[in-house]
Amino acid sequence: MASILDIAGSAMNAQMLRLNTTASNLANANTVSSTEQGAYRAKQTVFATIMDATNALSANPAGSPVGGVNVPEIVESQAPVPKRYEPGNPMADADGYVYASNVNEVEEMANMISASRSYQSNAEIFNTTKTLMLRTLQLGQ
Amino acid sequence: MAITFDKALGIHEQALMLRTQRNEILATNIANADTPNYKARDIDFAAAMERARPRAGTQSVTLQATHSGHIGVDGQSQLSPLGAQLQYRTPHQPSLDGNTVEMHIEQSAYADNALRYQASLQFLGSKFSSLKNVITGGR
Repeated sequence: MASILDIAGSAMNAQMLRLNTTASNLANANTVSSTEQGAYRAKQTVFATIMDATNALSANPAGSPVGGVNVPEIVESQAPVPKRYEPGNPMADADGYVYASNVNEVEEMANMISASRSYQSNAEIFNTTKTLMLRTLQLGQ
Repeated sequence: MAITFDKALGIHEQALMLRTQRNEILATNIANADTPNYKARDIDFAAAMERARPRAGTQSVTLQATHSGHIGVDGQSQLSPLGAQLQYRTPHQPSLDGNTVEMHIEQSAYADNALRYQASLQFLGSKFSSLKNVITGGR
C-alpha cells in the first residue's frame, strides 16, 4: 500500500508543476518585449506515466513509483507572438513595434481549474489510503 | 482437529490482498487522469477471488510451473495465484488525447473498493478477537 502513497504523491507533484507553469503564464500574459525572440512564450508541462523499469521505453530515475506520473519536459508554445504597433511604449523597437506574449488566458484558466481538481482527487486518494493503513495497523486490537 | 491460521481466517486474508492490489490500480488510474494516451485498467475481482480461493476437496489438474513466465491452463501466471490479470477499461466517452480515464467511474470504484477493504478488515479483526476469546476461555 505504501506505493499508492508514492503514486498519489507523484501525481500531486506533477499537478503542482502544471499549476506553477499556469501561474507563470498568467503572470506574464501582458508582458512585452522589444524583440521577437525576447517575447514570453507560454509554457506547458508534458505528463507521462512512469513505466516498469523493465520497459525499454522508460527512462525514469531509480526509485520512482511505477504507475505514477512524471513530467519529462516543459515545452514552450510555438504559436506566433503578436506584434503590436506602440511607438509610445518605452519597450518599442526602432520601428515602433512591441512583441507581446502568446499566452492564451482562457486556455490557462481552464488548465488551472483542471490541475486543481486533479490535485484534489489525488489528495483524497492519499487520505483514504492513510485511513486504510491506520485501520490495518489496528487489526486485532 | 488442528486449528490453523489458514482455516481460522478463511478467505478474508486473500480478499484483503486483492483489495490492496486493486486499490493500487485504481490509484494509478486517478493519478494518470491527465496523462495523454494512458489507458485505464482494472481487474475482474470476482474472477481473481475465484482463483485465489483454495478449493476444498476437488483436485484440479494443473501444469507444473518452474518459471514465473509459465502460463497456466487458464491463461494466467501460475506462480502468483494473486496475480490478477489486468484488463483495459472500455470508456464511455474517450477523450481526444487517447486517455480513457473517466474520473467519476474511477472515483466511485475507488470509494467502493476502500469500503470493501474496510469490511474485509472488520471480518479479519473479528476472527482474531474470537480466536483470542477461545484462547482465554471467554474470560
